[in-house]
Amino acid sequence: MALLTCQDLSLGYDGHEIVHGLNFEINSGDYLCIVGENGSGKSTLMKTILGLQTPTSGKILTGDGLKPNEIGYLPQQTVVQKDFPASVWEIVLSGCGNRTGLRPFYSKTEKQIAKDNIEKMGLTPLIKRCYRELSGGQQQRVLLARALCATQKMLLLDEPVSGLDPKVTTEMYELIEQLNNNDGITVIMISHDIESAVKYADRILHIGSEIFFGTKDEYVKSTSARAFLKGGEENG
Amino acid sequence: MAELFEKLSLYLQYPFVRYALIVGVLIALCSSLLGVTLVLKRFSFIGDGLSHVAFGAMAIAAVVGLTNEMPLVLAITVVSAVLLLRTGQNAKIKGDAAVAMISVGALAIGYLLMNLFSKSSNLSGDVCSTLFGSTSILTLTRTEVWICAVLSVVVVAVFILFYNKIFSVTFDESFARATGTRAGLYNLLIAVVIAVIIVLAMNLVGSLLISALVIFPALSAMRVFKNFKAVTICSAVFSVACALFGILISILAGTPVGSTIVAVDIVGFFIFLVIGSVKGGING
Ligand SMILES: Nc1ncnc2c1ncn2[C@@H]1O[C@H](COP(=O)(O)OP(=O)(O)OP(=O)(O)O)[C@@H](O)[C@H]1O
Ligand SMILES: [Mg+2]
Repeated sequence: MALLTCQDLSLGYDGHEIVHGLNFEINSGDYLCIVGENGSGKSTLMKTILGLQTPTSGKILTGDGLKPNEIGYLPQQTVVQKDFPASVWEIVLSGCGNRTGLRPFYSKTEKQIAKDNIEKMGLTPLIKRCYRELSGGQQQRVLLARALCATQKMLLLDEPVSGLDPKVTTEMYELIEQLNNNDGITVIMISHDIESAVKYADRILHIGSEIFFGTKDEYVKSTSARAFLKGGEENG
Repeated sequence: MAELFEKLSLYLQYPFVRYALIVGVLIALCSSLLGVTLVLKRFSFIGDGLSHVAFGAMAIAAVVGLTNEMPLVLAITVVSAVLLLRTGQNAKIKGDAAVAMISVGALAIGYLLMNLFSKSSNLSGDVCSTLFGSTSILTLTRTEVWICAVLSVVVVAVFILFYNKIFSVTFDESFARATGTRAGLYNLLIAVVIAVIIVLAMNLVGSLLISALVIFPALSAMRVFKNFKAVTICSAVFSVACALFGILISILAGTPVGSTIVAVDIVGFFIFLVIGSVKGGING
């Protein structure tokens, strides 16, 4: 069975539908990129997969032993209040929250997991620093480390490179690729950077007036891509 | 100076003075713990609204003629906390407007009730002490002291047990929910604990000054420390120290307890403000 299956999924708010008839499957180890215009419902799809809101109709099934709370999530904009006093360590450790159950405190194992992920993201020198005093790229890596604490199977990333400079963007993409290749983590990423989407992902989901789901080679040839790719070139 | 200490040690020989100190410290400790969460989650307006509800409840209790009004006030305040949280989350009703309506309404009705039915000869004194705290918490009865002590211990225990969950829910509620934390439940818990703290703190500083007890320690600690744990510990220590000083000063100088404590809090806040801007913050 696939890791994640969406069947006839429709999304929306308060009964107002935004996307209809989504059908796709994601297997373990896939790297899926979700593309589409602003407001087409990409973030909404992600929130629905995470169970933050209910689909207006259709079903989301998880398989291969993936529990719904074992999905790591990097939000598009964290609604973290501007002056929240929290250190890198505290934030990354909070990603282990889904492992503790009713136990009130974090165990040694969980602290080790947090340490390992901080190391993996190259944040060890910043471990005691205050989150709000980090640069945008460093903040993204902190949130990625937190997401990794919550999962070993699947990461959902909502525009992880928005606002980052080209160098840090490439580093971020490479970090994500490593997680996908070396750790076998399934990646679902929303991106407006269609060139990189085509470069790194192996599957593309295009949401818009037309819905496309397939491999990136199929996508480049498809009609929904043609308009979108052209638009991207004109702008950039 | 020696005279002051003599006066103090004389006072401290009375058990009710010692009780007052113990209760004051416990209440200060409790009210500081959730301060950071309250400030950051924009829940402080709920705290404010609830304190007015507690005032209304107090008036009702007085009118009905209860000897021990605490259980009734506690029940009404907890229920209101839950209701306010519900409306606050409902996007269709403006949460803050609802809170404002309820809190002003409770204030008005409370005063009206007291005016109409009170048998007390000193009405404005009664109202004043409910709003700004009794002129001295030395008048607390033994039962009240016990209730305060037990509730404080419960609040502290709940806070320590759920410390990590409260952090997650405060820092990033959607991430917490996505990874299976029942954020709604913890929001409810936070609201109920706030209600309990407010009812407790009413005895100490009166219903108008409660917010000060909740907010000043958190804001002061946030000037100097930059991680959640340090801020929490610092605001607890800050709050307890200010309460202790405030109570002692008010005993010696005969000033009203509540406003004296809040005045000490304000002084403390400015000291921390200066420390914060001098040091540029400590990372520990
Ligand atoms: N909380 C909400 N309540 C009602 N409607 C919403 C809500 N959030 C988003 N929408 C609407 O749903 C639609 C899809 O929003 P969504 O955030 O999923 O877009 P998106 O594809 O992620 O866009 P972007 O590329 O700008 O991030 C938009 O038209 C938006 O106005
Ligand atoms: Mg989006």
